[in-house]
Amino acid sequence: MPRYLMSVFGPAERTEFGNYGSKEEMLQAFADTGAFNEKLEKSGKFVFAGGLAEATTATVVDGRGDQPVLTDGPYLESKEHVGGFWVIDAADLDEALALAADGSKACRGKVEVRPFQTAEDFQGLLDS
Amino acid sequence: MTTVDEAIARAHHDEWSRVVAGLARRFGDLDVAEEAAAEAFATAVERWPADGIPPNPGGWLTTTATRKAIDRLRRESHRDTKHQAAQMLYDDSVPEPTGPVQDDRLRLVFTCCHPALAMDARVALTLRLLGGLTVAEIAHAFLVPETTMAGRITRAKKKIKAAHVPYRVPSADDVRSRLAGVLAVLFLVFNEGYLASAGDDAVRTDLSDEAIRLTRLLRSLLPDNGEVCGLLALMVLTDARRAARVSPDGALVTLGEQDRGVWDRAMIKEGHALVRERIAAVAAGAEPPGRYQLLAAVNAVHTDGDTAAATDWPQVVALYDRLLALDPSPIVRLNRAVAVAEVAGEESALAEIDSLATELDGYHAFHATRADLLRRLSRTDEARAAYDRAIELAGNPAERAYLSRRQAELDG
Repeated sequence: MPRYLMSVFGPAERTEFGNYGSKEEMLQAFADTGAFNEKLEKSGKFVFAGGLAEATTATVVDGRGDQPVLTDGPYLESKEHVGGFWVIDAADLDEALALAADGSKACRGKVEVRPFQTAEDFQGLLDS
Repeated sequence: MTTVDEAIARAHHDEWSRVVAGLARRFGDLDVAEEAAAEAFATAVERWPADGIPPNPGGWLTTTATRKAIDRLRRESHRDTKHQAAQMLYDDSVPEPTGPVQDDRLRLVFTCCHPALAMDARVALTLRLLGGLTVAEIAHAFLVPETTMAGRITRAKKKIKAAHVPYRVPSADDVRSRLAGVLAVLFLVFNEGYLASAGDDAVRTDLSDEAIRLTRLLRSLLPDNGEVCGLLALMVLTDARRAARVSPDGALVTLGEQDRGVWDRAMIKEGHALVRERIAAVAAGAEPPGRYQLLAAVNAVHTDGDTAAATDWPQVVALYDRLLALDPSPIVRLNRAVAVAEVAGEESALAEIDSLATELDGYHAFHATRADLLRRLSRTDEARAAYDRAIELAGNPAERAYLSRRQAELDG
């Protein structure tokens, strides 16, 4: 079954209540997201999910040289970054998009749906 | 054209989308389907003149294309050979009963027009895979370099494959919203052909013909759908006026000034019959008309009667009122105001139009409509300024020529 990454985007730095309008709204978003996760798990489509700490806490490591080079901050300079994600299994893109719409509503953020490479894609690379 | 050339052209016209759609289902790969179909037609061009036209050209093309696809997959795959061979021997890909209609071409329509694809990609894929236009033809029609268009189509096919866009007709629950996206693609192609937004040709008949052909195909697949019928009616009633629409010196001729004698009577008759079919269906309990049926009805009113003066303008306003209830957009309000001018006078129409100024300031038709109303109200200086804006914004040469003529007449 195809696997998809569903990334949620949000501001690089969070304000009070994690950028939700109020504490109540934040708690409601958490509750809705929890319910969405539960539904995913029950349907067997859940693979993994997690919320990330602020993007400003990231460190980029370039280990290609003799010594690793460390850079403070996220890889891309942007006002918005991935703030959390799901990995799901879905029958096809239509099912993934429908789940992403539910997830987006639950967590109050835009969701990017991106397919994982399949074994076949990988084989295609090896054959190329 | 020889008989064989004609047979090949006819087969391409009738069978291309069927061959591509069948191969796409069987091999689950649009790229393989497209290339194998193209190779099969190339083989027909080589072989038919010597071997004669096969008794069943469609069957011959499908068989040849299937062989080409299998050859290609065999050549390409060093992997999973047993698995592939099994798939090729047994065509077990019987259509699953997931949608209301089983035709492979309908699956292809919904895949090419999938909402996860950008609009320009949907248009390009639809014209290539369903319409059978070459990449060069599509590139020419949309005034982009061939490499750009080829890249666009390749990227779209790659996304469909990698993201697992399903090859199926949406379920009954989704078909309505998904169909709206399909009709939008066909309408865009038609409009680009009918009144090109850029370039030197005022009317690109190849695109409007293709849009009508594809809409006919969709209607044959979904005969009871009101909006498909409405879109076809709208297209034929619009296209029927093609010959009257541009003057010999290349200027646009507005509806009121057109020579109705050169309208295509057969197409108008067909369009009116389609509109009547929908009126009867709605009266018999079908759901109320959507935007394409309402726009078709507007065009039926415009094409009814021997003179423009005979137009039933209150009926046009009433139809736009119904359209506004579905789609309260500034463009619909602008079009409604044109009809209001005929019923309630230019002053009322101008008041309605001026309320749209902030939203439509960048739209040439807004300024053209204002200019016309101001001209009729003898507010010459304001009309001249509005024509200036309209000419500046209009992308189509025939439209610019018409507006310039009108502006010049202000001084006469």
